[in-house]
Amino acid sequence: MSEIIIQIDGREIAADEGMTVLEAAQKAGISIPTLCYLETLEPYGACRLCSVEVEVRGRTNLVAACLYPVEKDLIVRTRTEKVDRIRKVILELLLAHAPEARGLKMQEYAEEYGADKNRYEKEPSFCIQCGLCVRYCAEIKKKSAICFVNKGPSREIQFIPEIASKECWNCTECFPLCPTEYLQGVFVLTKALAFPSTPMGPSAE
Amino acid sequence: MNNDKIEQILNEHQGQAGALIKVLMEIQEENKWLPREVLVQVSEKLEVPLSRVLRIATIYKTFSLTPKGRYQVNICTGTACQVRGSQQVLEEVQKLTGIKPGETDPDMKFSLETVNCQGCCSLGPLVEIDGKTHGKTAPAEIADALKKYE
Repeated sequence: MSEIIIQIDGREIAADEGMTVLEAAQKAGISIPTLCYLETLEPYGACRLCSVEVEVRGRTNLVAACLYPVEKDLIVRTRTEKVDRIRKVILELLLAHAPEARGLKMQEYAEEYGADKNRYEKEPSFCIQCGLCVRYCAEIKKKSAICFVNKGPSREIQFIPEIASKECWNCTECFPLCPTEYLQGVFVLTKALAFPSTPMGPSAE
Repeated sequence: MNNDKIEQILNEHQGQAGALIKVLMEIQEENKWLPREVLVQVSEKLEVPLSRVLRIATIYKTFSLTPKGRYQVNICTGTACQVRGSQQVLEEVQKLTGIKPGETDPDMKFSLETVNCQGCCSLGPLVEIDGKTHGKTAPAEIADALKKYE
């Protein structure tokens, strides 16, 4: 693997080819906030909290650090005014869905970026659709007992009763991954098992 | 439900994960809706996780996870049809069939749906019943058109 030198926040950093900006930054001890990222899973780019400014050949662009691969002469800025503002708004939007998120990360970030959880009208679905539980179950456990259903505003996570009734009580490994609420997973799972025939689809609302 | 036909569709695409949407569309066409048991069968035959089948089946409007009536009634609510009075036609159809958009009547005869532009605005207000297009419909005429379908 050839080494690539990139610049993050003014520091020269050596990264391996194929690494993402986030991995390179973490290796160098530069912290970039993330919610939907987990080392063992494929990057997903759902929360966009890891947005950073990159400069390639004089052009700057905003990208998700967890997905963007390192390249030669890349200049990355992780804490510009613009990036901070974007992260603040992302957090405020996410907090509208999960205002009382108990996940430590979210409250910490909210404080760090000065996000006001009351800025947007609350719509407490308790899910920020980071997909951690869905991806963990599919990629690590290879059970796919939980999935996303529907689309747009009605998109939500749902356990599949046929699989969940056999697998989930002995596992529950996805619950602690949730950035908002441990109980969210428990609730959705219980609902799926108690009412296995609940119709799905937009007409079900 | 025509099980043989569904079986045939599934056998044709056994193990072909990439044919998921095609298979679901064919079953939808054949059966008018996708029952849960069929989705489980699709998942097993095509060797696709059930989670993916459900995600795909709930994301597209083409697929219905609830039973549909024998005749699908689509009423255009696009701008041109709206201006030409599709709202009154819709209200009349709702009164005649007793169902709202997205619903199916208890006899499993009609399913009502509102749709957006069908691409022939000069024919508005447009009503499509069982694949047949009825143009320039007036609320008073729609009862006769619906009576033809039993």
